[in-house]
Amino acid sequence: MEMTGARILMEGLLRERVEHIFGYAGATICPIMDALMETPEIGYTLVRTEQNAGHMASGYARITGKVGVCIVTSGPGATNLITGIATAYMDSIPMVAITGQVPSNLLGRDIFQEVDITGAVTPFTKHNYLVKDAAQLPRVLKEAFYIASTGRPGPVLIDIPVDIQEQVVPDVTFPEEVHIRGYKPSVRGNDLQIKRVAEAISQAKQPLICAGGGVWLAQAREELVALAERYAIPVVKTMMGISLLPVDHPLNMGMIGAHGNRCANKALAKSDLLIMVGTRAADRAIISPDEIQRRMATIHIDVDPAEIGKNMQAAIPLVGDVKVILQQLLALEVPAPDAAAWRACLKEYRRAELTREFPRREGSVFPGTVLRKLGWRLDDDAVVCVDVGQNQIFACKYLPQKHGRLLTSGGLGTMGYALPAAIGVKVARPDRQTVVVCGDGSFQMAMNELAAIRCADMDIKIVLFRNHVLGLVHQLQKAEPYHGPYGVALDGSPDFESIAAAYGIPSMVADDEDKLDETLDRFLGTRGSCVLICEVHPDVGTND
Amino acid sequence: MKQTISVLVENRAGVLNRITSLFSRRAFNIDSLAVGVTDDLTLSRITIIVDNGNSVVEQVEKQLNKLVEVIKVRTLDESSLIGRELMIIKVSANKNNREQIMTICNICGAKVADISPTSMTMELSDTPDRVRTFEDMMRPYNILEVARTGVIALQKGGGKI
Ligand SMILES: Cc1ncc(C[n+]2csc(CCOP(=O)(O)OP(=O)(O)O)c2C)c(N)n1
Ligand SMILES: [Mg+2]
Repeated sequence: MEMTGARILMEGLLRERVEHIFGYAGATICPIMDALMETPEIGYTLVRTEQNAGHMASGYARITGKVGVCIVTSGPGATNLITGIATAYMDSIPMVAITGQVPSNLLGRDIFQEVDITGAVTPFTKHNYLVKDAAQLPRVLKEAFYIASTGRPGPVLIDIPVDIQEQVVPDVTFPEEVHIRGYKPSVRGNDLQIKRVAEAISQAKQPLICAGGGVWLAQAREELVALAERYAIPVVKTMMGISLLPVDHPLNMGMIGAHGNRCANKALAKSDLLIMVGTRAADRAIISPDEIQRRMATIHIDVDPAEIGKNMQAAIPLVGDVKVILQQLLALEVPAPDAAAWRACLKEYRRAELTREFPRREGSVFPGTVLRKLGWRLDDDAVVCVDVGQNQIFACKYLPQKHGRLLTSGGLGTMGYALPAAIGVKVARPDRQTVVVCGDGSFQMAMNELAAIRCADMDIKIVLFRNHVLGLVHQLQKAEPYHGPYGVALDGSPDFESIAAAYGIPSMVADDEDKLDETLDRFLGTRGSCVLICEVHPDVGTND
Repeated sequence: MKQTISVLVENRAGVLNRITSLFSRRAFNIDSLAVGVTDDLTLSRITIIVDNGNSVVEQVEKQLNKLVEVIKVRTLDESSLIGRELMIIKVSANKNNREQIMTICNICGAKVADISPTSMTMELSDTPDRVRTFEDMMRPYNILEVARTGVIALQKGGGKI
């Protein structure tokens, strides 16, 4: 059949079962927008800056397990999207980003709105394509979605010159399968290694599972919990794995790391066998990998062979799909480790952390207190999108998890991630309760997207911690070796109630802990979106 | 320690850029890099010589393997590889010293590729060590220009990567 490049693109997207695209139009994607208009099966959200198209696609991908798709124009549209792509890359989010490009015969001449976007994103895309013949588009699309979603997922960019979008291909065929010689992700774990892992587990006295975002990516939550429960192994999580276990699960030991829960870090320090599952053991989670290696045996399960030995040298590496490997492990029966004493000791640490008393200050609320009360009130499967800064640390440490999700930018720590990610979640799952937790700095990086909320009449509850500073940096600057806060006061910030009102969104203020229960009930009970502005003292620290 | 990494890649535009950007990002220094098509015209072989620690090379190998267009990566065993480099070298030469230069060429196995009243241009394909020796021997004759290809290498014996 005869088709234009733009039509081929739509057809290919439909074949990949794409239902929604986040984007921003411009001259070099006009043929695609034209084709999209005639493709009612695919929904479209106009973002307010391209970076957020990436974040929305990320939220969408994380909640559906499907590939998130975004599309922007060439030049500034493409460069604006870079942060969204890099954020997705660092968290291994499956994404296909499509960029318009100047006409192919003018490439390299620095004409209006030309940038070498494939060159620019090479370090943080899993792969990228510059399409110079529309006949290649069916194959490129098939490959792009396959690469983005298999093995260790990640963003793939397709750059399509505007003339290629208009090029007529006489006889289009779509491939059913992909053949990429150099891309064959491992799936099954090596049986011998699986056996060694099982034996190590059964001989350990103080085993500990450290679960990361890779468990979510492999959709292996059930298997992880099953393994932990079968052998009664306590579980700590990285920021990316945070919501894998509910707060009241007896094996849940919280989040490890520089900003983690004390109980989790204590468990990590004392364990004799660390089983890392789907985590790269980056600096924020595992502060001193050398020390860990010296003190305990380590098992590292990951789909990406390059993660083995990158940050930490594991005694037993196990490469393959996390879900498949966990199933292989579950298929083996070994005696459970004798670790009752270990669990009893950890339980005590955990109790101390959960009942920890937070400080109070007149005229303000403490984030930990708000989040604790908030979490218990949320739906069992609520999705909470968390921004970056003190608000992130507090939420990851203290927000009680049920069986929902906590989505945050763990790898890149991109301020302004939460609001657009929540919009992506809501587009995919309108019925799931969706909450944003952010700071007054991060909110101002993304508040233009309130328009997308307004436009689609979404129900997103936004908890905004107003401490009038870039809190986490403020906290850092107050400690050695720095000489005090500078350039972190958010003077000139708007009145957030008026901002919300301007978008037709109601808001309320929480500045009294005695009234907090009632305020939270009112906030969550509001129909549609609502902003809760929590007054937080600027001197509050994440270790208070 | 110098190590030789042999990489089979798709013979496509942009591949080399992806590979070199992997190296530059991690501040790995490339001693030499040579690219050429193989017997299969859809594949190129890139031979990279690096001078880094073992764990570093292992990580590079893994990162290279992650690239979609990379088919195979192998660090060659130094004791059993055939590594060759081609050098073209131009020196000042005249009727008084041509004979001497020819003698050195004969000893080193270099061929004369071009000659003019004031210069001689030689070519030599050999191991990097011997290429360097020849270059040193040419120094007294005022080297005008040198071009070297960088090493290409294969493992000895019947196996292939
Ligand atoms: C895009 C971006 N710019 C800068 C930073 C550095 N940074 C990390 S936390 C932080 C402060 C965040 O302030 P706010 O959103 O008010 O949250 P708070 O820490 O006050 O809770 C900054 C500036 C970042 N992570 N991302
Ligand atoms: Mg703040």
